[in-house]
Parts: sequence; structure tokens; C-alpha cells
Amino acid sequence: MIKVIIIDDEPLARNIVKEYLADYAQINIAQECNDGFEGVKAIAQYRPDLIFLDIQMPKINGFEMLELLENPPAVIFTTAFDEYAIRAFETHAIDYLLKPFSKERFDKSLQKWLSQQNADKNTNAYAMLAEATVQQQLSQNRIVVKINNKIKIIPLQDICFIEAADDYVKIHTAEGQYLKNKTMQYFETLLGGEQFVRTHRSYIVNVQYITRLDPYEKDTYTAILKSGEKIPVSKPGYIKLKQVLGL
Amino acid sequence: MPASVLSKNKLRVYFVSFWLIWSAIHAWVLHEWNYTLEEAWADSIVSNALLCMASMLIITSFRYYLPRKESFTYFGLMCIVLSAICISLTRFVLAFVIKDKTLDQYTQSIPVRAAIGILILGCVILINVLLHTLQEQQEQERRKSEADRIAKDAELYKLRQQLQPHFLFNSLNSINALVVSQPAGARKMIQQLSEYLRNTLKKEEHKWVTLEEELEYLQLYLDIEKVRFGHRLSTQIQADEIAMQMKLPVLLLQPVVENAIKFGLYDTTGDIVIGIDAKSSANMLTIKIENPFDAEVSKPVKGTGFGLSSVQKRLFLLFSRNDLLNTSTRENIFVTQVKIPQQ
Repeated sequence: MIKVIIIDDEPLARNIVKEYLADYAQINIAQECNDGFEGVKAIAQYRPDLIFLDIQMPKINGFEMLELLENPPAVIFTTAFDEYAIRAFETHAIDYLLKPFSKERFDKSLQKWLSQQNADKNTNAYAMLAEATVQQQLSQNRIVVKINNKIKIIPLQDICFIEAADDYVKIHTAEGQYLKNKTMQYFETLLGGEQFVRTHRSYIVNVQYITRLDPYEKDTYTAILKSGEKIPVSKPGYIKLKQVLGL
Repeated sequence: MPASVLSKNKLRVYFVSFWLIWSAIHAWVLHEWNYTLEEAWADSIVSNALLCMASMLIITSFRYYLPRKESFTYFGLMCIVLSAICISLTRFVLAFVIKDKTLDQYTQSIPVRAAIGILILGCVILINVLLHTLQEQQEQERRKSEADRIAKDAELYKLRQQLQPHFLFNSLNSINALVVSQPAGARKMIQQLSEYLRNTLKKEEHKWVTLEEELEYLQLYLDIEKVRFGHRLSTQIQADEIAMQMKLPVLLLQPVVENAIKFGLYDTTGDIVIGIDAKSSANMLTIKIENPFDAEVSKPVKGTGFGLSSVQKRLFLLFSRNDLLNTSTRENIFVTQVKIPQQ
């Protein structure tokens, strides 16, 4: 049996997928979910082979939900209208269905997946997709993290600084620290520009939290944050910081 | 302030080379005219250095004050005064350097020198005015194409806003789902959607309608959303008798309600209520629109959100008042209040 989960905030939209899936005896719909939070829970519980995923949903969008999964299942995206997402899908040759879609179009997507099912899993492509949607996420001004099976949405302005930690990055906020399985490079692109500066190979700092810059060694500095924490600033980091702060 | 014409490297090179060549010619002519070589060069360097300084004075002054192109008197006077100053100063300086006999020769040649000085300074002014005019024209052209681009973008944005592709395609998708399970519901939704689109496409921005008519139209929009989200959306619409007959600019409330749906319905989970409450007072129609919001996902923007700025602008254009649109939050309820003065 192939297990699928349908994640969409509109019941009628889920009904369409259910109706189209009725022809496939080998497919079993494990659960339907109203939003990304439910989606994360259901995926952990049922370990589906395939999910149908809407992009615009309450609380967290489809991409943010995917990012929270350690081993994402195969995904067929469904969306009504989303310029950025569609551009990203096309760049990475990922299948997507534009609502309203026909039975023929739906069958084509599903057949394609069924025939490739054992060939290769697309996990890598989703990671790339997530990177490609960085720009779009920026407009949402938030980062989604998971701590002990709870999902937390962090507004960008609440981030004090980000620190490299092996394969993860540690996001420091006034409330606490959160790990996310992403690279520093990813965050530098995501946050790049005015508010955040990569002051060091292992640090990205929110300039609004800096109270002071102290010289450390030759050409290097230490940034003192409002919380009292000390962040190293390398020579190239100092140059970038100077530009942003207009020194 | 326009940039100095000497800010371009190419022009700077021309400027410097002109003075070098001109000084050389000047010295050669004087040498031919019985000056010793030293005297010829001293004369040339002093008079041309002063003329050069006068030119630079003109160039710099034009950066701060560019006279009208027709003010010939001003330009003429400027040439005459500056060249007179140059000549007197040159004579003053040369008195220390050259012999009295040569100084007499200098005095004799003053008319020629004055003519040349006026000519050179006149050319400097002419070139300056020309270059500034050119700069101005380029600037104007750039600004015009920029304005065109902005206008075009705004129009596209407006069109897209009107059609709301996301809403449209999702509604079509709902119809697609209803066709098999509830054909009558599908038919009703097609009619509602058509009516809604027809209203949206009407270009009667300046028309005033009664609140009753505006609410009917909003009801259409809310009914479509109820087909999509009926399991969790309910609406409460209240208006007193007098308020119903009061008038407001057509489609004024539409963006406010769309905003309420966006934050209250699209970005939340669970059952929600969108409330519209209209009250009449002396010469004023007050409408309150309430929607819940998820504080975890979206913090309401202070003042007016993006969707509401167009409403604010429209109200200002109509009534020249900035106090007609107000927003506030009460726990997790966002309240938008619109006041419409009655004429």
C-alpha cells in the first residue's frame, strides 16, 4: 500500500485530490491536514510515501513545513497562484499542480511519481527548492524552527545573532536559543543586507542589538550586545559592519 | 545642485590643456614682440593663471547659481568686470617682476588683452551654460522615464489587486470540487463569482452608493469565502436603518474587508468571526470591521497596514482628512474603523 497525506487548508481542495485518488486502489489516504502544524505531526506519525502539499496556508507555508522535516517524503505541490514558487519549481524541475487542475494532469503527475518511486528520492531537490525560495521567505520576515516537537515562529527582528554549530546553526533570541539544520551561507543570503551582518565566519549579528565595538587584537574587534554577549568581529566582518552602520 | 562641469575627467583634461597651450602661444607672441624670454613667460603665466582662476570662479559660481540663459547683460558684465580685475591684478604683480620699459608696453597692449580676456571668459560661460543645459535635459529625460515606469507598475499592480488571482483560482478550484458532489452549489458559486467579478471590473471610482448596496456586494465576496472556508468562517453584519441609507464611495470597504479576511481567515486556524458594524450619527457614517488575528504569525502593523494605505489615500483625496481611518487591537481582535462624512 502507498500511504499519502493531503495538506491543504481548504476542504473542497482536498476533496478534489481525494476524488482523483479514488481510481488508485493501491493508494491509501492516511490523513488530511488543515495546516502545516498538523502536517508535521501527521507525517511523523504515518511516515507517508507521498504528500500533496498546498503552499499558502495559515501559520506556516508549505515550504516552511518541508524545512521542518528531517526526511521529507516525496511531494506533489498544489497551488493556485504563486509567482515565486512556480519559478522555483521550474528551475528545479519539481512537479506541481496549478489549481484548478484536471484529472488528466493529476494522473500524469502521479504516474510520473509512481514510475520513479524507487529510482531516487528527491530530498536534495527540496533542499535546493528551499534555498530558492529564500527570497520569498524574506518577505515573510520570519524563521520557523522546531523544538521538542513544538513549532516556533521567530520574527526576524527578534533574532540577536546566529552562531555556527557543527552541521547546525544556533539562533539566539532574547527568549532562548534554537537549532536549525541550515548553513551559515543560507542565513547570510536569507538575512543579507541592512539588518544583519556576517561579522565572522561563525557569526551573523543583528546590528540593532549591538551596543558597542571594542578593539580585540590587530584589525579585529569584539561586538558587545545589549544582552552583554560578546561576538567576535573579523577584519572583513568589520569592513561590512562599518558600511552598514555608516561609520 | 548640478555637478561642476569639471567633474568629468575628459573635460578636466580639455580645460588644463587649453590653458597650457594658450599660455605657450601668449608667451611666444610677446617674445616676438621684443619681450625677453623670461619676461614673456612671466607675463603669460601671471595673466593666464589669473584668467584661469576667473574661469574657475565662473564654473563654481554656476554650480550654486545658474542665471537664466537669456540674461546676456549679466554674462556680459561678468566678462567685463572679471577681465578688468585680471588685467589690473596682472599689472600689479608684473610691476615686481619686469622692467619699467616692458611695463609700458604692457599698458599699451591693455585693449588687446581686455578683448582676449572677455572673449575667453565669454567662451567659458557659453560652454558652461551649454553643458548645464545638456545635463538638465538628460536629468529631465531620466526623471520622465522613471515616472512612466512607476505609473505603469502602479497600473499593473492595481489590475492585479482588482482581480486577486489567488482568490480567483482558489474559487475556481472550489467550483471544480463542487461540480461532482454538489452541482447546484457549483452553479450558485459560478453566479456569485461572476457577479463579484462584474462589480470589480466596473470602473466607477467616483460613484457613491448607499451602505445597503455596498454591503450587498461585500456579502457576495464573503459568501464565496464561505464556500471555501464555510467550516470555520462566520460573519456578523449589523447596521441601523439610517446608516443603511447613508452613502459612501463605491468599493471603499472592499479592501478593508479583504484585509480582514487575509489576516483573520487565511492566516489563522480554527473558527473565526468577521464583524461589520455600521452606525449613523449626525452627518457621519461610522463603520467598524473586526477580525481576529494570530499574534504568533502576524503582528498588526502600527497605523495602517499595506492593504489599508490605499483606503487612507482615497479618503484623503475625497475629504482632505487624515483622521477618517483608524485601526486598533483588542486582545487578538483587529479593529478597523472607517468614518464617512455625509454631504
